[in-house]
Amino acid sequence: MKVRDLKERLIKYLLFFSALLTVAVTFGIILTLIFDSIEFFSKVSFLEFFMGTRWSPTIKPVSFGVLPLVAGTLMVTFGSAMIAIPCGLLAAIYLSEYASEGVRAILKPALEVLAGIPTVVYGFFAFVYITPLLQKIFPDISAYNALAASIVVGIMIIPIVSSISEDALRAVPKTLREAGYALGANKVKVIWSIVVPSGLSGIVASFILGISRAIGETMAVTIAAGRLPRLVNPLNPADWFEPIETMTAAMVEIGMSDVSGQSIEYKSLFAIGLTLFAMTLILNMVSYYVKMRFREVYR
Amino acid sequence: MKVLTGKKDRNRNRFNDKLKDRLFLILCLLTTVFGLVILSALITFTFVEAAAWLDWQFLTSPPSRFPEKAGIYPALVGSIYTIALVGLFTLPLGVSAALFLEEYSGRSRIAKIIEINISNLAAVPSIVYGLLGLGIFVSKLNMKPGIIIVGAFTLTLLILPVVIVASQEAIRAVPYSLREASYGLGATKWQTIRGIVLPSAMPGILTGTILALSRAIGETAPLIMIGAASSIFSAPKDFFSPFSAMPMQIFVWTDMPRNEFLHGVAPAGVVVLLAVMLSMNAFAIFLRNRYQKKLRG
Amino acid sequence: MKRRYITLAVLLTTSLLFLGCIQSGTSENKGAQPEKAESRLSGEVRVAGSSTVYLISTAMAEEFSKLYPDVIISVQSTGTGGGFKNFFIVGKTDINGASRPIKQSELDAAKENGVEPLEFTVAYDGLSVIVNPEANWVDCMSIEHLREIWKPDTIVKKWSDIDESWPEKEIRLYGPTSASGTFDFFTKVVVGEERASRSDYHGTEEDNTIIQAVARDKYAMGYLGMAYYLENKDMIKAIKIKNPEGVCTEPSIESVKSGEYRPLARPLFIYVNKESLKDAAVREFVRFYLENLDSEIIEEIGYVSVSKETKEENLKEFNDALKELGVQ
Repeated sequence: MKVRDLKERLIKYLLFFSALLTVAVTFGIILTLIFDSIEFFSKVSFLEFFMGTRWSPTIKPVSFGVLPLVAGTLMVTFGSAMIAIPCGLLAAIYLSEYASEGVRAILKPALEVLAGIPTVVYGFFAFVYITPLLQKIFPDISAYNALAASIVVGIMIIPIVSSISEDALRAVPKTLREAGYALGANKVKVIWSIVVPSGLSGIVASFILGISRAIGETMAVTIAAGRLPRLVNPLNPADWFEPIETMTAAMVEIGMSDVSGQSIEYKSLFAIGLTLFAMTLILNMVSYYVKMRFREVYR
Repeated sequence: MKVLTGKKDRNRNRFNDKLKDRLFLILCLLTTVFGLVILSALITFTFVEAAAWLDWQFLTSPPSRFPEKAGIYPALVGSIYTIALVGLFTLPLGVSAALFLEEYSGRSRIAKIIEINISNLAAVPSIVYGLLGLGIFVSKLNMKPGIIIVGAFTLTLLILPVVIVASQEAIRAVPYSLREASYGLGATKWQTIRGIVLPSAMPGILTGTILALSRAIGETAPLIMIGAASSIFSAPKDFFSPFSAMPMQIFVWTDMPRNEFLHGVAPAGVVVLLAVMLSMNAFAIFLRNRYQKKLRG
Repeated sequence: MKRRYITLAVLLTTSLLFLGCIQSGTSENKGAQPEKAESRLSGEVRVAGSSTVYLISTAMAEEFSKLYPDVIISVQSTGTGGGFKNFFIVGKTDINGASRPIKQSELDAAKENGVEPLEFTVAYDGLSVIVNPEANWVDCMSIEHLREIWKPDTIVKKWSDIDESWPEKEIRLYGPTSASGTFDFFTKVVVGEERASRSDYHGTEEDNTIIQAVARDKYAMGYLGMAYYLENKDMIKAIKIKNPEGVCTEPSIESVKSGEYRPLARPLFIYVNKESLKDAAVREFVRFYLENLDSEIIEEIGYVSVSKETKEENLKEFNDALKELGVQ
């Protein structure tokens, strides 16, 4: 009896430690990022890093301003959101409000495929097929440009937006819709005046998650968008045709050339990583919060 | 909302409404398939260009500076060894964690914290996991960069959250009545888990794990961070050899300016990668279907 | 239930075994058997460094792997300086490719770490400046022209800033980062001060990226090792450089050999960690490398091969080092 109890206890603790491992991973990430960033920030001031407008880690005059990288990341994020948000939302509406069960059974997994393609393949697509196509339409576009990368990243995150939005829309009770029809509204009106606002929290959460994913996207932008850090403005159309550098591409660049850990460029890798991690973490928490707080409970 | 008045108004409004409905439906349908259409076109281009280059020689040769001789063999082997290790590590860890969360902790606060933590981890960009691998395995633990075991450890951490969540769902799906029956017969908790819950949940767990592995095999950024080589001509010997993986090889080939690489060798590599992923996914779904029938019957 | 786990385990093991069979199968079918069939050479060789020398090292690695498939050679293109600082000096690589001679500071740092580098000249390169084939307004440039474009405080942004008759389009610039020996060499010779350069250009250690970008972009310009240019001659155009005698010379194997292509001609090196030669795999690879320096491999890649004398000198240095180490 006692031995058996002991065994049960032991197993419980073993399993507990496995679960605790995930917490250890989080701590690992945070500690690694912070420790190496501290070493970086002992040589480069916070001000220079977060406010500096030139990213030139190796070429004199050396400057570690992260803003051009952030601008590059935001540019691709903005572009991909322009594609993913409308497509994702309308797809969600279609799947939830219009599609029959049979159609849904095919389209829903099909959309998931978009997210399942590895990002390096998307980078390949962007560089080998999309950019040459763009060059036919806009002859002045550079070989590495922000537009091609934005297109593929946009396509990649459509399922995130559509899947979560669709769940939110389907959660809206039928009765609400029926009330709208009873008052004489047509389907489109019902959708936009009743269903979408009711599911808004989930929809907005899906947007935020999609954006967070786009920010962390690495290979597609590294291959297709370029390695020229510039302070770009998403509202300036000319900037879309030129190469940029995102935070993740900069990290790949440093990572490919230095694994030994002595130089300050190596340390900057962790500073950028910390910034990136903070951005995605905050977005994910906001998305969770939006979902929880503004959720309409129907029971 | 418009207030409907006379008969004329009603008829005109009904027609407008029908038209708006139709147009909107078409718009929705078009945007839904928009991404799919583009992806299909891209994949078709890839397959067409890969066709002439994808042969037995491609699968069994090392990469080369000559496109005709180039092959994906070392990268293929590297990927498979790495993913096999990742599966080996992630399955026990993930299942154990899931078991704890589902069977032992109930709704306790610590379980809640762990679960929130896991969903946060699932959303962290994969390159940050690469930094974790670099900072801990390569720097702190002083392991050699670019060897299979370091890559495997890093990827394990990456997909662990996904495996845990999938396992949790599979375990949750086991009907409580089965557990009750087992307790009724006098079994302990662990005996119940080992004898009833795990076997029933195993198909779901395996499916989830294989799907996660299929995602891991396409990951590039973490491997770059831990120093996987960009040019390797031999397949890895053991788990402490330097290695390259299929996505890395594709990345390198996309960098080669010669058209034969961009429009021949690289697409062939992409096709191989997608084929491996597809087979893994198909196997996972096959497992799920086969054992689901068994459970019901 | 146990049966299922067993089947899965069996499946996994058999597939791994199967893979192992394919591997040994292909290496036996690859034709050239090593002469001493009993002692299958195995081990690891780690190479990093210059992207210019990368082409030579990878070619050597590829050929070597056909003879000794059990030796795993990994080659990384990190740039000369980056390779020294982050890999070679700290003992993480056996060989560093360099497109410029090792600096005194790097030599001192290596000594401090107990790394004694052996220098071998492996080829000659004519650093090439490339533009898009459709850039028909420019054919020959002088070093002064290039300096105007690449110097640190330059005001040149468009092609027309150099010559009014040229297009009023922005020059899109591509080149190596400051981890690169090519960068060091180019800045020293063109700008006049080593490592002084404008910074608003697309810097990369992947020379192929430079080729890609210039090939697809009418207004782009880049500079890199000659082999990359010659290998992709149909996609890009090299600018003729006005040599000190005033003759516009195109980079080619002949013009570098004859000495006509100046001042951008330079020797390429590999530096080998003497301690690493104790490892049989590294030893044989370096021996193979040095013995094949006058074969067609070098010129096929696009560099000028060294003279017979240089090859002999290399081998002598190599054998002397082996004697000192007490190995064969």
